[in-house]
Amino acid sequence: MIELALILISAIFVNNFVLARFLGICPFLGVSKKVETALGMGMAVTFVMTVAAVVTWFIQYFILIPFNIEYLQTIAFILVIASLVQLVEMVIQKVSPVLYQSLGIFLPLITTNCAVLGLAVLNIQKGYSFLESIVFAIGAALGFTLAMVLFAGLRERLDLCPVPKSFRGTAIALVTAGLLSLAFMGFAGLVKG
Amino acid sequence: MIAAVISLGGIGLSAAVALGLAAKKFAVESDPRELAVLETLPGANCGACGYPGCSGYAKMVVSGDKLAAVCPPGGQEVMEKIANIMGFAPITTDPQVAVVRCQGDNAKAKLKYTYIGVTDCVAAQKLADGPKLCPGGCMGLGTCARICPFGAIEMTQENLAVISREKCTGCGKCVASCPRQVIELTPLDATTHVLCNSHDKGALIRKYCEIGCIACQICKKNAPDAYVIEDFLARVVYEHHLETGPGVEKCPTKCIRDFAGGYPQGSSFAPPTCAMPPQKVA
Repeated sequence: MIELALILISAIFVNNFVLARFLGICPFLGVSKKVETALGMGMAVTFVMTVAAVVTWFIQYFILIPFNIEYLQTIAFILVIASLVQLVEMVIQKVSPVLYQSLGIFLPLITTNCAVLGLAVLNIQKGYSFLESIVFAIGAALGFTLAMVLFAGLRERLDLCPVPKSFRGTAIALVTAGLLSLAFMGFAGLVKG
Repeated sequence: MIAAVISLGGIGLSAAVALGLAAKKFAVESDPRELAVLETLPGANCGACGYPGCSGYAKMVVSGDKLAAVCPPGGQEVMEKIANIMGFAPITTDPQVAVVRCQGDNAKAKLKYTYIGVTDCVAAQKLADGPKLCPGGCMGLGTCARICPFGAIEMTQENLAVISREKCTGCGKCVASCPRQVIELTPLDATTHVLCNSHDKGALIRKYCEIGCIACQICKKNAPDAYVIEDFLARVVYEHHLETGPGVEKCPTKCIRDFAGGYPQGSSFAPPTCAMPPQKVA
């Protein structure tokens, strides 16, 4: 049980996917202008990550390894992730057209989001059990959402600030992201992971 | 080899089946006409039609059996295109432009106090009814210029808002944003306007503004049909806008301006060239 808790905490704070492992930077910068959109993106990624972790784990241990075709890992995982994203896209378009519009191009981009594929591959590399990989996926997704929402909050406030002209736009966003990452480095050493 | 083909194919097949089922369950009914209408719209999301954004307007157009509102920025051209797509009878629109009814910039109108607060007309108006002695004039803090979705409003060096007759689409956002109601929507073909918004009496106006309307009646005497004086302020009767010429010439404070002859002093806009009706000499 403590093992699982450590995996969760580690994935959220210490080895935060965005801020410590720099995976999934593109939606992190792309859809973080508003807290609501960031949260929506976080939810979508959370769903995709968790289900992808489950499905890829089964594929790895019940198809790829028994048939000795581990070399197909990347394409098999991408296939699964892409189908999941497609599903999420359909659901969001039906349930919340507004969110669908504000996510825009970044929704299909979850397909090639390195955070999602990275999670699936890391699960296998670290040799996690089924339960562990689910916990790791939830932790990673929560960490991603946390980073997104924190960053979106910062950017919303930045909009109201007199930012020097040469810093405006992407420059100040990247500087802010760096400072946020710096803050998360404070968790380093909390859990070995 | 065969294992690879079968397993990868199997994964793909099951994913395809699942997605196929999901596509049916989560199908979104969309009218292709809605997309077509949306594409013809200017895409400014200005809200002048009264619907939330251009997509809201497109949805209204498609769901109804007639056009319930016009798209002011789109004008006649867009309304005809939409009518074509939907098979409605086209409705005619009178193109309008917004006009700032004031020429009293900081060089011409006196100030009550020096305002150093937030650069926003609404905020300034709250502070002792604004920094200008004139109760109706443009305060020049640029609230309208910032809200204009088309970049049609410029602020001159001496803090006066001037609206380009070519860029303005008549959406009316600036009209709603101005705390002093200085801006007014007027017919596009009427180029002559009384650029003053103060109902004070002439003697008082002379004390704080050199270019305000003093209600001297001279314009009305020279062109009786084209002007009315209401509450110490002259106004152009836009139905007779072709007869305003003599009033413009005789106005002692030069507060009546024919935009065909140029914009107020300090504006960088070139005098409008497009389709200006000739002035009738009375």
